[in-house]
Amino acid sequence: MSDMDMDDGSGVVKKFMFLNRKAPHGTVYALEGLEVVLITAAFDQDVSLVFTDDGVYQLMKGMDTKGIEVKDFSKTYRALEGYDIEKLYVDSTSLKARGLTEEDLIVDVTVLSDDEMKNLMAEQDVVISF
Amino acid sequence: MQFGILINEGPYNHQASDSAYLFARTAIEKGHKVPRVFFYHDGVNNSTNKSEPPQDDRNVTQRWSKLAEEHGIDLVVCVAAALRRGIKDDILAPGFRISGLGQLVEMGIQYDRLVTFGD
Repeated sequence: MSDMDMDDGSGVVKKFMFLNRKAPHGTVYALEGLEVVLITAAFDQDVSLVFTDDGVYQLMKGMDTKGIEVKDFSKTYRALEGYDIEKLYVDSTSLKARGLTEEDLIVDVTVLSDDEMKNLMAEQDVVISF
Repeated sequence: MQFGILINEGPYNHQASDSAYLFARTAIEKGHKVPRVFFYHDGVNNSTNKSEPPQDDRNVTQRWSKLAEEHGIDLVVCVAAALRRGIKDDILAPGFRISGLGQLVEMGIQYDRLVTFGD
């Protein structure tokens, strides 16, 4: 179920990976990146989301943006399932380096080793990095 | 080969637009096609006709316009990112147009490669 269904007319379905590498706030990449993810799903493409480096902070529980007076868009990650975006991966090394575990994250993810991540990337047709 | 290009950074502050321009020009010289360039995030700031760099510097926007005219490249600026940053149709340089993110996704679907320039 998505708000809009789009089609480029070709019927081609490609594997799109979105690589989220930045902290949720401080720059606009995470917020604007999510827009592309949702539109890609609306085109019925095969979407995977990867959180790596500071990107793992995008999924942290207990986000509160009142103090910095910017929009808290972390709810959107919980809504991804409604857009048929169910492939969420987190890089194990990035998680460990920041003292985090799956328990600290607001959504269910698959944690991948460096090798598993490398293989997943190799399978993709399009990798877009934010 | 058909290349789609995504530019995520504004001009001058960051090299992304310069590198993308050199990549596009070289790809075309080598016989490849660059049908579309998509400008997102601060990359939308590459599109305005208000930019006046010093005369001894390159004009990032003008050379995109020129390359687009010579080779029929579609220069697409994301509407949501543009509106956030005060960019509208009336200040677009030649060859640029404002449209939606679907134009970016289409590049991924239709072209052989999508190349991102940014941080």
